[in-house]
Amino acid sequence: MTDNVQSVGLPDERPPANTVGPIAWLRNNLFNSWYNAILTILVLGLLASAIPPFLNWLLFRAHGFDATSTVCRQDAGGACWGFISEKLRFIMFGMFPWEQQWRPLVTIAVFIALLVASCDRRFWKPWFGLVWAAGLALVAVLMWGGVFGLTYVENTLWGGLPLTIILSVIGLAVAFPVSILLALGRRSNMPAVKVLCVTYIELIRGVPLISLLFMASVMLPLFLPNGVSIDKLLRAQIAFIMFAAAYMAEAIRGGLQAIPKGQYEAADGLGLGYWQKMRKIILPQALAIAIPPLVNTFISFFKDTSLVIIIGLYDLLGTAKAALSDPSWRGFYREAYLFIGVIYWIFCFSMSKYSQKLERDLNRGHRR
Amino acid sequence: MSQAMSQGTKPKHTLSGEEIIRCTGVNKWYGEFHVLKNVNLSVQKGERIVVCGPSGSGKSTMIRCLNRLEEHQKGTIVIDGIELTNNLKNIELVRREVGMVFQHFNLFPHLTVLENCTLAPIWVRKMPKAEAEERAMSYLKRVRIAEQAKKYPGQLSGGQQQRVAIARSLCMSPKVMLFDEPTSALDPEMVKEVLDVMIGLAEDGMTMLCVTHEMGFAKSVADRVIFMDRGEIVEQDTPDAFFSNPKSERTRLFLSQILNH
Repeated sequence: MTDNVQSVGLPDERPPANTVGPIAWLRNNLFNSWYNAILTILVLGLLASAIPPFLNWLLFRAHGFDATSTVCRQDAGGACWGFISEKLRFIMFGMFPWEQQWRPLVTIAVFIALLVASCDRRFWKPWFGLVWAAGLALVAVLMWGGVFGLTYVENTLWGGLPLTIILSVIGLAVAFPVSILLALGRRSNMPAVKVLCVTYIELIRGVPLISLLFMASVMLPLFLPNGVSIDKLLRAQIAFIMFAAAYMAEAIRGGLQAIPKGQYEAADGLGLGYWQKMRKIILPQALAIAIPPLVNTFISFFKDTSLVIIIGLYDLLGTAKAALSDPSWRGFYREAYLFIGVIYWIFCFSMSKYSQKLERDLNRGHRR
Repeated sequence: MSQAMSQGTKPKHTLSGEEIIRCTGVNKWYGEFHVLKNVNLSVQKGERIVVCGPSGSGKSTMIRCLNRLEEHQKGTIVIDGIELTNNLKNIELVRREVGMVFQHFNLFPHLTVLENCTLAPIWVRKMPKAEAEERAMSYLKRVRIAEQAKKYPGQLSGGQQQRVAIARSLCMSPKVMLFDEPTSALDPEMVKEVLDVMIGLAEDGMTMLCVTHEMGFAKSVADRVIFMDRGEIVEQDTPDAFFSNPKSERTRLFLSQILNH
């Protein structure tokens, strides 16, 4: 009888050599079938033919940050990073007066500090709204000036990265609460509210952003009485807010629909009013579910701010294009687009990474 | 049948005679389907009522009408002197006084057990947070789950979640508790812990309406058993009379189906 019982535990053994280690990994992941082996070899070949020339252009044959355009044109086989160092301040700050450009630089720093701080959930308190208000007031003072001995700078001279950040951050921050109201309105029991929200969302979603920007900049003034004019930047900002709100409302509606009916009933059963129920029970869960589509919208809107170039505002993409129109630097578009591409990528990738972290944090221990 | 409850210890108590729920000629339709047909019901303060009947008989719909989770289309429902109409203010007033426990618990998954219990007292009753927490802890102790107060509902078993749901309702100090098949979604070994809590509540004199298939519970704690079939109240009587001497043929058929297996 005791034969069936293991009285002394068996010692741990190492797994067979062909199931662990780099060789096994290669075999499991890259060469696990004949067609995957062919694909692996093809891809490796493609990489081998593409990467060295790119690195050559990017680094080995490139001209450093001190190169002049004349030097670069004589040997065109490599990148000309002199273009970036020459045009850096123009690309970043646009036509902001040269000796005042520390102001947009501080603006960028203020925004980044606010955004980084906002990522910490410990700061998700009502008082942090005051911090944002103070930050935005500081930004307004820095960019416009005209007080505290700062010279006044018209907002037609704003450009580059600060403009991109202002349009997208303020745009998304204002659009977000509006979109929540739109999403709730779309699911409302009140017919008038519902029709209004559905009409708004469907109208805005059915129109390209470009045409909305055109309308804001060209058609809106036609409807305003003579002598009244709304600032061009403000018009673009409003168009962005309207557009972003419609899209985010749909993302949030998706989250709202995922909340089980029982949650509404439990909140009702406890006697919570409509707004208490939404604020305390439904929205916290719906927004957590809506994070991926919301961040998707955030990222695409951050990039879509580059469309303001068509109404004559110079955001980051606009200033890069404008820098290329300098006769002595004409044709260095690879360097220009690669540079701003990296800047856009850093912002968008940070948003994506942060959203993944937030999703993990919010889901921890909550799931039923 | 579940042998969950302590048999034969039915608490002795006398009813005050004060009426807390009155339904008169209540009718409800889902589209063309007539779910509730002329339901008349009067419940006294402290009364423990078990509602049973085959599925689709309208028993859940009836108790869900009592806190307006469902709207009735004809007749009147008066709870503690307040009539349920489209008046939102009245609906909220009634819901404060009527606790509800659901089949699927419906705890708020993004809040801890303690936060689930303090939310409504803080926001609806405007109770200071410290007081709400203290009361919540005492109710969690009463349902024997105080040590899990900091956990999230998703970390608890079904029976534990249902006990938290009962505590959450109790924290509003309701005058009436409605139970909508509170043990139907539970694994068999967890039914007892929930029923024990409900028996404890009954012994303390809480006015209770329970839709349940736990006939043992009905026998040992109910003052009255209501049998519903096809949207109407067919029979109501004390549990002794109801189980030993059912008057209607439909009741006899139902009882034979659930008791003899």
